Amino acid sequence: MAELATLRKAEPLSPARLRAGGRLLPKVRRNASAHGFLIGAVLCFAFFSWYPMCREIVLSFQKTQLGVTSWAGWANYRRIFADPTFWVAWRNTLEFTVLALIIGYAVPFFVAVLLNELRHARGYLRCLVYLPVMLPPTSALLLFAYFYDPTYGLFNDILHTLHLPASQWVQSPGTTPPTMAMISVVIAATWMNMGGATLIYLAALQNIPGELYEAADLDGAGLYRKIRHITIPQTRLILSMLLLLQVVATMQMFVEAFILTNGGAGVNDNTLSVVNLIYQYAFALSGASNYNSASALGVVLMLVLAVFSGGYLWLTRQPER
Amino acid sequence: MSRPLHRHAGRRRTAGITVIVAALGLGAAACSSSPAATGSSSSGHVTISVDCAPPASAPAQHKEWNEDVAIFEKQNPNITVQSIYENPCEVPASFTAMLDAGTEPNVFYTYFTDKDQVLDAGQAADITQYVNTTTVPDLKDIVPSAMAAVTAGKTIYGLPTVNYTQGLIINRVLFSEAGLNPDDPPTTWAQVEADAKAITALGHGIYGYGDYSAGNNGGWHFSSEVDAEGGQMINAAGTAATFDSSQGQAVLEALHQMRFVDHSMSPTQQLAWGTLQKQMAANKLGMYIAAPDDIYNVIVPQDGGNINDYGMGPLPSTSGTPAGSLSGGNDYMFAKRDTPAQIEAGIKWLVFEDLTPGVGQFNFARQKADGFPVGFPEPQLFTGATQAKYVQLQDASATINPSYYATFADAREVPMGEPVDAQAVYKTLDPVMLAVLTNPNANIPALLATATGQVNQILANSG
Repeated sequence: MAELATLRKAEPLSPARLRAGGRLLPKVRRNASAHGFLIGAVLCFAFFSWYPMCREIVLSFQKTQLGVTSWAGWANYRRIFADPTFWVAWRNTLEFTVLALIIGYAVPFFVAVLLNELRHARGYLRCLVYLPVMLPPTSALLLFAYFYDPTYGLFNDILHTLHLPASQWVQSPGTTPPTMAMISVVIAATWMNMGGATLIYLAALQNIPGELYEAADLDGAGLYRKIRHITIPQTRLILSMLLLLQVVATMQMFVEAFILTNGGAGVNDNTLSVVNLIYQYAFALSGASNYNSASALGVVLMLVLAVFSGGYLWLTRQPER
Repeated sequence: MSRPLHRHAGRRRTAGITVIVAALGLGAAACSSSPAATGSSSSGHVTISVDCAPPASAPAQHKEWNEDVAIFEKQNPNITVQSIYENPCEVPASFTAMLDAGTEPNVFYTYFTDKDQVLDAGQAADITQYVNTTTVPDLKDIVPSAMAAVTAGKTIYGLPTVNYTQGLIINRVLFSEAGLNPDDPPTTWAQVEADAKAITALGHGIYGYGDYSAGNNGGWHFSSEVDAEGGQMINAAGTAATFDSSQGQAVLEALHQMRFVDHSMSPTQQLAWGTLQKQMAANKLGMYIAAPDDIYNVIVPQDGGNINDYGMGPLPSTSGTPAGSLSGGNDYMFAKRDTPAQIEAGIKWLVFEDLTPGVGQFNFARQKADGFPVGFPEPQLFTGATQAKYVQLQDASATINPSYYATFADAREVPMGEPVDAQAVYKTLDPVMLAVLTNPNANIPALLATATGQVNQILANSG
């Protein structure tokens, strides 16, 4: 503060300040180049993120008929709220998010803890865990579509071998959550994506000072207590950030259900997600398709995620020191 | 048939979202359709961009198209046809984007079911004043339901190029192996059930009957099956769903019976367009519903089936005489920005390529020489004298045994068109088909009632 007060004082330019002024030009040049680089990023975000977002909001209040676009007020919103599949899609999306948190969030963490404890073949196993991430999502999901095939699928072959009843997996008709169809989607999604999260967890685990574990060992702490009192608190920031990213990503689930259900929404619509419904509104209904209803649903999803993200960041903010 | 590659696309609405193909197609359309690139010059020369040209990956069809373009341009030296090569001809997602961006070619391919979407987007030119018996000599013989598909009120927006009805494709090899008569395909649902059981008894992963339940194809087939039963999908005013009827119930009960009581349908369901054709080509499927072009466009050339292994009967129904069949097809429309000279040139091209027996897509002698099977009872585009001429030319070059398709041809199914908001209706009915084919305890009346409510809402929203 003292320095700022000094700067605000009007004082004659001393020879030293003049020399400093002489150094301003390179500073401006340096900042100019920084701003130049920034402009590229800002333009990219403006054209490919912010403009489409604004356009989406505008579209959600418009309608196009016979080539003429006009304002529609809240009609698109009323239309999507009146659609019975709207609520089905939200229920399914929440079901997927919760299941993905239980399975997809916890499994990579424990795999990372396990990998961190290993002393042999660590590199090989890390590579193995990360391998599915390198597969294009569509390829990975087509592989699971084969695994889940009720007639020729690998999983039912295994169940037959074990003399267990076969399952219809993604095609299961049950509607009581958690549905077998949604669990099947979550398993495939977890397998596809856990490599990335595991490596991030692993990096966080390796930053924990070894002395903490040594001290815990001396105090006689077991594995559970070490995880609870050292590992989780020390990786809290990473855990909370990944939780946020995971929820935002899983709420936008599309490709998993789309591929596994052959472009549909599953038996009894039980894998229909919100983004899948946006796709249907925009493209799949042909003559009844329109970007306006799709935009309205996109805006609703954006608002839900914004509120969730804001609330989550507020709740998990670090107390000011 | 000439250019067979792009006929089947009319039925593979959402099957396979080929992003690259879509992007390339869109890009090509965007590049080639800009007014600066095409149009009429002061010298009277006209350039028209036309999509759905068979790409080089289908060499025989590609060759035939290019031959036709060369002949046409020679006959009409003031017209240049700028071909946009793509397959499939239409991917719904990129088609929607193309309409919204207004980047469609001068003469662009659409399915019959796209009319409302194209008109809503304001992208179709009114060509009524250019269509008459001088510019389209066989106009009066074009099947009325096909012309209706490109007409709104009294305004004509395009010209149909393919029109089809559906029937029951049978695998003659499996019929024979199961001790059934392949020259006498089943016509009632009871016969289909009995034959499907006999074929499934062959074992080795063979199933008697197959149907779709994904990609809007389930609803599409259900509509055809209801038409054959004598039911209606939507009322005449287009305001209410009418498939929650005894006819709709009979169709679903027959399917449920085969899937869960007879076990003559595979436990693997959620199938979309393209899957049953592969099973048929591999001699693993006895029967399924389709138009004839599935055989000559897909099962034989793409999936490796033998042309002599298949035949067709009419759509199954309770009575054994189908009351009608869903009829669909595709057409070409004209971009709103087209100049009068471009519209005239486009009509001239379509008449040459798609609407004249003996020429273009109906050059049967060339098809025979190029090794394509000739003689299928499709497309059903003409009536009267033009149809007679068509049949005469086709018979002269026929390479298939017409008796394999005799019961289908003799049934003369009444073309019923497609319901309003067809794709939305089909989409809503996919889950109904899927539930019937995957849930042993499916409550058919409840499924039909729920779907009726959903379709009524779609109709109310679009009205």
